[in-house]
Amino acid sequence: MRHILSILVENEAGALSRISGLFSARGYNIESLTVAPTEDATLSRMTVVTAGSDDVIEQITKQLNKLVEIVKVVDLTEGNHIERELMLVKVRAAGKDRDEMKRLADIFRGRILDVTDKSYTIELTGTGEKLDAFLQAMEPGVILETVRTGASGIGRGERILRV
Amino acid sequence: MQLTGAEIVIRCLQEEGVEYVFGYPGGAVLNIYDELFKQDKFKHVLVRHEQGAVHAADGYSRSSHKIGVALVTSGPGVTNAVTGIATAYMDSVPMVIITGQVPTHAIGQDAFQECDTVGITRPCVKHNFLVKDVNLLAVTIKKAFYLAATGRPGPVLVDIPKDVTQAKAEFNYPKTITLRSYNPVTRGHAGQIKKAVQLLLDAKRPMIYSGGGVILNNASSQLTRLVRLLGFPCTNTLMGLGGFPGTDPQFTGMLGMHGTYESNMAMQHCDVLLAVGARFDDRVIGNPASYFRSDRRIIHIDIDPSSISKRVKVDVPIVGYVGEVLDEMLKLIESSNQRPDPSTLKAWWAEIKEWQRKDCLRYDRKSELIKPQLVIEKLYEVTRGDAFITSDVGQHQMWAAQYYKFDKPRRWINSGGLGTMGFGLPAAMGVQLANPGATIACVTGEASIQMSIQELSTCKQYHLPVKIVNLNNRYMGMVRQWQEFFYGNRYAESYMDALPDFVKLAEAYGHVGVKIEKPGEVEGALEEAFKQKNRLVFLDFITDQAENVFPMIASGKGLTEMILAEEL
Repeated sequence: MRHILSILVENEAGALSRISGLFSARGYNIESLTVAPTEDATLSRMTVVTAGSDDVIEQITKQLNKLVEIVKVVDLTEGNHIERELMLVKVRAAGKDRDEMKRLADIFRGRILDVTDKSYTIELTGTGEKLDAFLQAMEPGVILETVRTGASGIGRGERILRV
Repeated sequence: MQLTGAEIVIRCLQEEGVEYVFGYPGGAVLNIYDELFKQDKFKHVLVRHEQGAVHAADGYSRSSHKIGVALVTSGPGVTNAVTGIATAYMDSVPMVIITGQVPTHAIGQDAFQECDTVGITRPCVKHNFLVKDVNLLAVTIKKAFYLAATGRPGPVLVDIPKDVTQAKAEFNYPKTITLRSYNPVTRGHAGQIKKAVQLLLDAKRPMIYSGGGVILNNASSQLTRLVRLLGFPCTNTLMGLGGFPGTDPQFTGMLGMHGTYESNMAMQHCDVLLAVGARFDDRVIGNPASYFRSDRRIIHIDIDPSSISKRVKVDVPIVGYVGEVLDEMLKLIESSNQRPDPSTLKAWWAEIKEWQRKDCLRYDRKSELIKPQLVIEKLYEVTRGDAFITSDVGQHQMWAAQYYKFDKPRRWINSGGLGTMGFGLPAAMGVQLANPGATIACVTGEASIQMSIQELSTCKQYHLPVKIVNLNNRYMGMVRQWQEFFYGNRYAESYMDALPDFVKLAEAYGHVGVKIEKPGEVEGALEEAFKQKNRLVFLDFITDQAENVFPMIASGKGLTEMILAEEL
């Protein structure tokens, strides 16, 4: 099953490689991993999307907690949460495709960030599924380039992850 | 007062009460060595290979419960040390390894003797640091000592660039330290402990299984009291030997791949298992699927939550220092009126005694060749069971574990997790320095000993009168045994051809060498050797080439699928 782990970690050189190294050394899979400093500059927050049985997820959580620089680990999928991912897509926008691309971006609540005679660069935010759906809605060959951030997540309501 | 980084390193080690630093100098650590030269509060032991430095610090720690310290230079100094670090990591030995690094401005430039030390060692240390600012040096070393010894212990590495050892800073060594991201749970959960005690008191076929955690946490007296109070059978893992007295009638011997028949059968057939500081690893329970029994309840005490329910699902997990948890359990049992039912316990013991009648450790005592088991039994007799025994890895290691009865913790020093050949001799050096005057034997084989043979020179320099018991069967014995059992007797590259004359070799290094070829000479040779209190004696026992270690559970099989000697 898919799980989203939120991790608070000391903002120190090498912390990221300790975490990614743990996943590769123990054969756990990483679907995506995002990291950036928090409002407290000494801490970074990381979102790791992984998949595994309950036993595997339990081991991953325990192994992460064992890393000296990790302050807290929470499995967001254990409760209500919000998940968002950002994608930038450069698409061919010439001739008859041009209007169609604009329409499609509007339907998915995307924003066009950059325009040339032949292309649009569209920004889209949502769950991974929504981003997938957007890509699938396009004619093959229209997509020139995509870049995705991977999921970030946060608990709903009073669920708060902090030191 | 402003001190240089090198002076700070020395002062930190002094503040920590370090007695010995095991190391090898080189370019990146020259400033540190220069300061080391100017002081006499602790001693430096010059090894002949960096792997030996780390193993020696490891043996020092295991045999004394102090933190072992090693000091090596950058690049090859570090890569040579990696085997030692990984060995200590797998067996959770508290150590601090200080490594030199090229100057900060040269890092990443592929400088001479540069390697990514923090990167290379990351998967085999509890934690590591690269210190780029001399102002952080003292606090980092403090953290290293704190992390190494607390929670689940382990090696911690501090990498110090050469310019940091030259730069100056105010020296303040913190008395204590806390890290917000590191707070191991040390006290077991009271409710879980209560539940565990009730399960034990109600058990019909109980078994106590203890491992290295009992030794590391100095909990063997609590464990011994608990086992005796309950009257239950007790087995130790390879790492746990000496945690419960090996001569106690309640001790059923080591368990696992080369464990006793009775221990493995009792492990499989018990209805309540108490696991203390042990981790159900593959060499202990074999295949977890075969081990599973729906009517068995498992209690697991361990300092490391990730060791619990990793390979085997546990019913009552208790996270905490095993010593403290056992203390709590003892209190509860002592204040309870309930005791295990004597008649059901008696029936269970009868079953175990039946298994013991297999006499699974018997061997041919009338052989005209020297049986390796005989050498260990005689070693036990001659040293009156009171020696520190280090070992390398292979058949000799298993025989030492099976036939030397360890009554005390920290007497059996071996590489259990990583299985490092070449561990025994350098580890014995550390044991001897930590326990001056004690009797120390390194049980080894002609293959293993050659992996660290250069340390005979260190033993000479520091007058370390270790006794080397070389079980020389002219084979990599355990490899040969697997090839005999599972590879159709094709002994691929497991024969040790062109062996040195170990007697002359020992003499060349300034020691005493003795070759023993007849069973009748074994005891006398050992007695003579141990009489030479101040000399290293290399005893080269020419043993039966065909001898195998029994019982044996093949890799991936279940605990009851043992191969016994008679079945072949």
